[in-house]
Amino acid sequence: MSIARALLRRLAVFAASWLVASVVVFGLINLLPGDVAGVILGSSAKPADIAALRQQMGLDLPAPLRYLHWLGGLLHGDFGRSAIGGWPIGPQMASTLGVTFSLVLLSMIVAVAVALPLGAFSAMRRRRASGAVVSGLSQLGMSVPAFLVGLALVLLFAVKLHWLPASGYTPLTQDPLDWLRRLVLPVLALGIVQAAVLVRYVRGAFVDVLSQDYFRTARAVGWTNRRALMRHGVRNAGLQIITVIGLQLATLLVGAVVIESVFVLPGMGKMLLDSVATHDLPVVQAIVMVLVTLILAINAVVDMAYAAIDPRLRSQTSTGPDEGADE
Amino acid sequence: MRRLSLYAGAALVGLVLLLAVVSLFWTPFDPTHVDPAARLLGPGWPHLLGTDGLGQDIFSRILVGARVCIQVGVIAVAIGCVIGVPLGMAAAASRSWPGQLIMRAADIVYAFPALLLAILLAAAKGGGSILTAMTAIGIASVPAFARIVRGSALQVLSQDYVLAARASGIGPVRIAVTHVAPNIAPVVLVQASVSFGLAILAEAALSYLGLSAPPATPTWGRMLFESQQYIFSNPSLALWPGVFIAAAVLGFNLLGDGLRDRFDPTLVEVR
Repeated sequence: MSIARALLRRLAVFAASWLVASVVVFGLINLLPGDVAGVILGSSAKPADIAALRQQMGLDLPAPLRYLHWLGGLLHGDFGRSAIGGWPIGPQMASTLGVTFSLVLLSMIVAVAVALPLGAFSAMRRRRASGAVVSGLSQLGMSVPAFLVGLALVLLFAVKLHWLPASGYTPLTQDPLDWLRRLVLPVLALGIVQAAVLVRYVRGAFVDVLSQDYFRTARAVGWTNRRALMRHGVRNAGLQIITVIGLQLATLLVGAVVIESVFVLPGMGKMLLDSVATHDLPVVQAIVMVLVTLILAINAVVDMAYAAIDPRLRSQTSTGPDEGADE
Repeated sequence: MRRLSLYAGAALVGLVLLLAVVSLFWTPFDPTHVDPAARLLGPGWPHLLGTDGLGQDIFSRILVGARVCIQVGVIAVAIGCVIGVPLGMAAAASRSWPGQLIMRAADIVYAFPALLLAILLAAAKGGGSILTAMTAIGIASVPAFARIVRGSALQVLSQDYVLAARASGIGPVRIAVTHVAPNIAPVVLVQASVSFGLAILAEAALSYLGLSAPPATPTWGRMLFESQQYIFSNPSLALWPGVFIAAAVLGFNLLGDGLRDRFDPTLVEVR
């Protein structure tokens, strides 16, 4: 199968998955037992008020018609209006994207910068105590929730040392230095936990390389461990590692929802949780759809990159971690 | 080293199970009893781990939190197993379009992590609960079970003894029950252990965000959330729930690793 055909096929799978995901999101919010208008107004609302809100929100229309209306809006970039404030959701959501994307991308940079050297080190020293210590620390890091790491960092750097602020956000355009200062702790909280997960994969990928014939041959002709690993290891382990990094971006997006809440960052996650608290269901529906779209898109891009690099995989379209992966 | 993982994991998991079982019969104090006179006490007697901002006994709340954590883990892993294992086996048995369809469906569910699903369910139902949290975490774990079972079942189905069984006229259901299921059981066990750890992490996050058990029910995630308002005056409050979350997850991860090493002889060469 040619690269172009493989990519087109993957795009078609993405489009079909997105369509099904949109049905799931709409269905869960609109078709579960319980009335959306009733949820918004609360249990003490009068039936007449609920009926009026239902009519105002178009909930008296058949569900398939409402779904098609919502889907048509999504495809035109119209996410609807808040049920509570009446404001258009799209522009409000767009204003939060920068915060969430900054958090996610900076966290990924931290995770990769920490995990690549540590994973390679742990693989090279896998039979020594130092390698086991790194593996043990990675195992421990994977067991701690990011929000707990966040609290510990606040305790150390904000409460004890007074080096960094405990919460809040300054836009990049307003004061770049303060923007960075306020993002350091949330980025570290998210990045350290992801680094712990990534170390495990990097170690596994490099251990695979170390047991290959080409690596042994390189060592046999007199190359040092480091040179053989840099020359052969990085290239061969890279494919696996890039895939995991791509998939971890999706995990980071979801992790950002919690971390934004810990550090009071005005990102998409905080907007989502605020909307859940105020029962603003159109906003919840829109943000979840955007997050699910991003996750599907990340999976598709990882698959396409994989297919473009490795010709053996062009006939496959599976997304997500390989069989046998940890999560 | 390999056995150390298994034993350390089993010990930590055993400790959490013990706390959960003990909490069914006994807690030193009523975990929800508010005692303003005993606010923010340090560890000592009679409050072994001290008290929180409302004067509630932290050790009693940790005990009940262990129960909630085990309850959520068991139900979530059961949902993942009961749905994911048969789907993975069916996908392996049918390599044409039904199998493809199952795996594509798993890919779509994979795009709904536990947290997003729980938020959706909480929004739709007008608030989160343990039930919505367990359901969301369980459904989100289905793709992992389906993928891993499919991969292992494909290997089993390509073995000579399965081909011989097919040739002798044994039906696919009997082959699945007598040949595939016993051979993939260790893989499922390992995945169940890893998923249990992930379920505890997810539940802690949902409790922290107020999307799991009601506020009156002590959970480790909620205890961490409540400790946050005292982080400047009494930061040690966050210590105990944090330690127990990490110990429980670490236990299930180590147990999963230990079981994987125990059941997969190919790993001996690599490590």
